[in-house]
Order: sequence, then structure tokens, then C-alpha cells
Amino acid sequence: MAAPPRPESIALLDRLMAALEAKGIVTEAEVAARQASTDKASPETGARMVAKAWTDPAYRALLLSDGKAAAEQMGVSMAGAPPLGVLENTPGRHHLVVCTLCSCYPRAVLGYPPNWYKSFAYRSRAVREPRQVLAEWGLNLPDSVEVRVVDSTADYRWMVLPMRPAGTEGWDEARLAGLVTRDAMVGVAVPVAG
Amino acid sequence: MSAPDDRATAGGNAPRFAAGATVRVKDDWPERRGPCHIRTPHYIRGRTGTVVRTLGAFANPEDLAFARPAAKRPLYHVLFAQEPLWHEGKPGDTVMVEVFEHWLEEA
Repeated sequence: MAAPPRPESIALLDRLMAALEAKGIVTEAEVAARQASTDKASPETGARMVAKAWTDPAYRALLLSDGKAAAEQMGVSMAGAPPLGVLENTPGRHHLVVCTLCSCYPRAVLGYPPNWYKSFAYRSRAVREPRQVLAEWGLNLPDSVEVRVVDSTADYRWMVLPMRPAGTEGWDEARLAGLVTRDAMVGVAVPVAG
Repeated sequence: MSAPDDRATAGGNAPRFAAGATVRVKDDWPERRGPCHIRTPHYIRGRTGTVVRTLGAFANPEDLAFARPAAKRPLYHVLFAQEPLWHEGKPGDTVMVEVFEHWLEEA
């Protein structure tokens, strides 16, 4: 049986790569290295950062002032990555991150964005009716809480530092990290103990 | 955020607005004039907000997208009240957007 025909899109990619190499802009090895580091990134990284911030005030201060440095301290390679901003939820304020223009997402610490984050529905609704969107996911915030939608429109990537849930006193970092989901770091959920 | 602010001043791009300043987003629609790449969402154009913080200076994406020389421009976090933007929503809720300085004017 003959091999299936090579899609034109792959041939186009080959020509693009060859042109980039010829112009000295990027090498095949650099692309492979970036792909490997993106593949390796996952929400577990962000969860470890959040858990450390919950237990270590100095790390919390670093995380909120310079997210990139805080990620590097956890062993994440941030070379070439955009600046990472971290926004702290408080009893009076809840952050929700969206990118209405495309799908900007803190991949270095959260991995690939979920499909819903890139969907037209989420991108258009989160910025306009955030409380309804959250309610559909089962998160009903009291009226006393300000919902602050963060539209990721330019050079930063934004992550939410959720509040540490009650009932976790004395827990160590690893156990705390187990509570911190990807959704909690985007702001569409909050961590709950047990 | 602290580190990128240093870059802003080093590049001669001292930010014009300080945290707390009231600013208006220009009511400009370059999309009507030809091909462009704009990072200022439609829903805040012509609207008034408050500068929350300066974020440093970054290459102007409007030039970068067309491979033109791109000067660094100060970038701000600007906060808008949710309800006036959409004529719905809960008073007290907000939207925070990254906006480049050349899109902002004093209000």
C-alpha cells in the first residue's frame, strides 16, 4: 500500500523552517528544545508555586512582585518567556483571567491552555458576564466580593494566586499543592479542602 | 511590577501616567483605515478608567506584527468599572486591561 500523501500544510511548514534556518532566525534544535519545555510544563508547576506562597511569606512576596523570578526559583526555565504577573485573590476580590483577543495563557507554569479557554464563548462571555460564567461552573461568589476580570491583552501572562482554603492548617506544601487546580489559577474555580 | 519598570526608564520611556491617574482610552478605530494589529480591545475604546500600575515598556505590537522597527512603549494596567462598559453587571465588579500609553489620554 502506498504511503498516504503528505499534507500540503506539512510541506509549507518544512519550507518555513528551511527559510528561518537559512536566515539564521531559529534552528530546528531550538524549536525542538522549546517544544520539549512547553510539553513538560503543567499546572503542577503553578500548584507548587501557590502552595509555597501559602506557607512561605517571603516566597509569596516574590511571587506577587516578580512571577518570573518566583517560577525560576522553582526550577522552571523562563528563558525567552513573557513576564509572569500573579494576582492575589482576597476575601474581597476574585480575579478571573481571560484573553479576549486571542488565547494568551501562562504556559510556562500552567502548560497548554484548555480548549474552553480558547473558545469564542469563554472569551466573549467571561469579560461581559463573569458571574454567570462562574455560576455555570458552580462557583457562586457573594455580592460582597468584587469580581475583577483580567483581560490578557499584551506582553504579560497572568496567573491567579487563590486563597488558601480553611481546614488546611498544618498541611505541608505537597498536600496543599494537591488542592490547587489549573482552574483555580485561571480563576474559574476556588480550591476546596477535602 | 518592579523589574520591567527599570527597562522603561533605561530606554527613555518614562511612563507619563502614574498609578491612580484617570485616563481615557482613545476612541480610535485604525481597523477602518487599513490592515493593522491592535491590542486594545474594542469594548474599552472611548472609555474612562484608572491606572492601577505601570508594567514596563514593550515593543509596540502594532509595528512588530508587520516586521517594522518597533519602539518600546510604556504599558499600563488600567481598571474599568464593569457595569458602564456593558450596561449590565454588578456595580463594584471591574475589568483590568493591559493598555499601551499611546492609546491613553488624560481624562
